[in-house]
Amino acid sequence: MESVWSIVRLSLLVGGVGTLAVLPVAFLLAYALARGRFPGRTLLDALIHLPLVVPPVVTGWVLLIAFAPAGPIGGPLERWFGVTLLFRWTGAALAAAVMALPLAVRAIRLSLESVDRRLEDAARTLGAGRWRTFRTITLPLCWPGVLAGATLAFARALGEFGATITFVSNVPGETETLPLAIYAALQRPGGEDLVWRLAAISVAISLVALLVSEWLARRAGRGVHVL
Amino acid sequence: MSFDIDVTLRRGDALVATAFVAEEQAVALVGPSGVGKTSVLDMIAGLLRPDRGHVRVGGRVLTDRAARVEVPAHHRRAGYVFQDARLFLHLDVRRNLLYGAKDAARLATIAASLDIAHLLDRWPRALSGGEARRVAIGRALLSDPEFLLLDEPLSSLDALRREEAMRLIERVRDDSGLPLLLVTHDEREAERLCARVVRM
Repeated sequence: MESVWSIVRLSLLVGGVGTLAVLPVAFLLAYALARGRFPGRTLLDALIHLPLVVPPVVTGWVLLIAFAPAGPIGGPLERWFGVTLLFRWTGAALAAAVMALPLAVRAIRLSLESVDRRLEDAARTLGAGRWRTFRTITLPLCWPGVLAGATLAFARALGEFGATITFVSNVPGETETLPLAIYAALQRPGGEDLVWRLAAISVAISLVALLVSEWLARRAGRGVHVL
Repeated sequence: MSFDIDVTLRRGDALVATAFVAEEQAVALVGPSGVGKTSVLDMIAGLLRPDRGHVRVGGRVLTDRAARVEVPAHHRRAGYVFQDARLFLHLDVRRNLLYGAKDAARLATIAASLDIAHLLDRWPRALSGGEARRVAIGRALLSDPEFLLLDEPLSSLDALRREEAMRLIERVRDDSGLPLLLVTHDEREAERLCARVVRM
């Protein structure tokens, strides 16, 4: 049995890496959906939302097929880079990222849509090109939404169960995150003590994440609230 | 020649069109609301592209649809003071003023002349309407513009503030010496501030 501390550390690692991995992708997708006018936009929107509505086990199974050593992504990964995600914490982070994607995209997209385009126009008349306008006006104004997206993604990643256990199984010390450890402890006679402690830690981490993101959003100085 | 404008733009069912050539430094564009005065300013600033026509300011071609010339907004050097000020809410007044500034050393002079020097560390949300407008004028002036566009600079001001604001615009007009296009729906205001009045 793994120590509580190593389970927590692994969960934070998986959740943190999953969140960091999903944010840039989510931002690009949110930007395309909020600002772009291209054919297939509705289809893209639907595809992004799939992990939210499909049973997580199915998402995990799709990942398993795609990233298996003989799979369409797993094969080349292994051959060219010698990398495999199966039964590894990196696979757990990927599952968490995929499950978190729709939530992150939604939050970031909403905030991008609420950015006042007239302020971007004002910046352009003051000599700011496209990139400077984005960096100095658009991004800071939608920052609270990015933070909200990150918080949601992290919370989702931390709680991920179905896709993770299907994709990378429950390997203590490698893929056994908090929810998996709680489930495993529940199956063991006399595991209630551990369940209590892990559940309390889960609640505490989620609460801290919410408070930190709220504090960051306030510090951004616009009084835009995540909660 | 200050402004040589001939633009047509269809927006839904409405048609925005105006054409004038002005020699005078200060020109007022007058007309009832909804006629598209702001759209004309947007076309001169490069924020809207006309369907047909051209925009020349101070002899410089900014738009020429026939010749496929369209100088991007950020290269036009328009000192555009929007009706709604459009201050950047996430930047304090000082950083708003300096956003487009080529020469930060002019900040003190311009802030003093607009009577906003005491507001530099405030946030846009904490400004009154008149203060926000003066900051917007300062921000436009600091961006080292080649011409000025003022959209309804006197609207929503009471009589006393109005007189103050008119004197301020006269001062900006005379000190800067830049071609100035002012949009208003008030003929008297237009005639006092501008040597040339164009009706839409």
